Amino acid sequence: MKAVITVTGRDSVGIISLVSTECAASNANILEISQTVLSEYFAMIMLVDVENLKIPFIEFADRLTELGRARNLDIHVMHEDIFNSMHRI
Amino acid sequence: MLNTSDILETINMIRQENLDIRTITMGISLFDCVSEDTDRLCQKIYDKITRTARRLVPVGEEIEKQYGIPIVNKRVSVSPISLVGGSISPEGYLKVAHTLDRAAGAIGINFIGGFSALVHKGFTTGAENLISVIPEALAGTKLVCSSVNVATTKAGINMDAIARMGQTIKRAAYLSRGHGSIACAKLVVFANIPEDNPFMAGAFHGIGEPEVAINVGVSGPGVIASAVRRAGDCDLSRIAEVIKKTAFKITRVGQLVAAEAASRLGVPFGIVDLSLAPTPAVGDSVAHILEEIGLESCGAHGTTATLAMLNDAVKKGGVMASSQVGGLSGAFIPVSEDAGMIAAVERGALTLDKLEAMTAVCSVGLDMIAIPGDTDPAVICGIIADEISIGVVNRKTTAVRVIPVYGKDVGDVVSFGGLLGNAPVMPVNKWSPARFISRGGRIPAPIQSLKN
Repeated sequence: MKAVITVTGRDSVGIISLVSTECAASNANILEISQTVLSEYFAMIMLVDVENLKIPFIEFADRLTELGRARNLDIHVMHEDIFNSMHRI
Repeated sequence: MLNTSDILETINMIRQENLDIRTITMGISLFDCVSEDTDRLCQKIYDKITRTARRLVPVGEEIEKQYGIPIVNKRVSVSPISLVGGSISPEGYLKVAHTLDRAAGAIGINFIGGFSALVHKGFTTGAENLISVIPEALAGTKLVCSSVNVATTKAGINMDAIARMGQTIKRAAYLSRGHGSIACAKLVVFANIPEDNPFMAGAFHGIGEPEVAINVGVSGPGVIASAVRRAGDCDLSRIAEVIKKTAFKITRVGQLVAAEAASRLGVPFGIVDLSLAPTPAVGDSVAHILEEIGLESCGAHGTTATLAMLNDAVKKGGVMASSQVGGLSGAFIPVSEDAGMIAAVERGALTLDKLEAMTAVCSVGLDMIAIPGDTDPAVICGIIADEISIGVVNRKTTAVRVIPVYGKDVGDVVSFGGLLGNAPVMPVNKWSPARFISRGGRIPAPIQSLKN
């Protein structure tokens, strides 16, 4: 099972490290990262394999959202199937 | 990898444009609860609902988290209670209503539908007894919804039933007068009622349905409105294409959630209802889509044509996105639940007569409309008869959910709270249809019904 992590907010040092550290701690394998900074606005999309997560998926999603909130970042973790079903026939 | 712009589009739909799953509704058959003894009947009903649907809310919340999409309502619909209760007394039916309310509270759902009777050709004793206590049942419970089917294209229109419903609605309004006559917001009078509708207040679990089924209603007027806005100045064939494509995407999410919910609950997947259901929230209005297409205000001449196109495009887009389509499937136009409709009524652009015309080309009917509290029951019956005849002749579902708000008159606003929203009290035509209504009997089935 794969999940998509999206991170948006004002750019600052260490955003990717923040997210990837949590991924490593929870045993989520990062497959792809796409990231842009547009006039101080940071946007990142990360595809992660969550098949072997150490913690339940929902807890993983909550942790990342919480981490983001503390840094004023909007972080969402969503199962990839919602994107597949909407955009692929 | 997934396309970045597709990902951002989905996220934008959910976060900015109010895309959500409006309801996961579990239909439960109660026919195996039948008992001559009312207390035993109630116990069996309570046990079956709380046992079958105990995981509905937690599973709904899990799916919400996993896919990152809000699922606004988790609900249950049950077999028409007039068939389950049979010839139990009116007091017995009242007990059943309170049992449904307790069961719904125990499992944490926000509405339970099916306190219903099918009387399109005539009354059984059970239907008679149930209808006689609808006002008390709805005024005395919080979560119970009721529907009465008074006509079908096959059977014609039961005018005796319509006469009863005019009185029933007035009494329900009186009994809930302390709360804006809210009992009427939980009561719908139907023609051609669908058996798998997931939306309240008209949901019930039909007699041809399996033991249990999961039906899902999608939403997303805000997403359609934004897509139309982005399309800019283009002709109507292009607008119809844009709506169709967007409806496809919305419905695919509904299909995904329905299949996931059904599999996690170990229950067969029933249908996805291809609906555009508004809420009172800003940016979640069907009226605003019509205005985005080019009307100065919803209710202007041209509204029916615009809505017809919208409704058709939603169905064409949705039908390929789902393996099983059913329920009401179409755009809803509830007045109190749609910020754009409320504004159109308040600025004098949208009238009851226009709403009636609009219901000929979209889903359901005259929905969540507040009318003066002193409206004569015969006038309410006339409103119902007109609306029902549109459904019967056009072989579609139509329905009436009007609220004669006790003590309120044109110009007043009544607030129902939550998804039910606020309703400006609308004027009605006061010329009396009383003699027509008092004739009773049945309007025969139209010639369109003879298809065999």
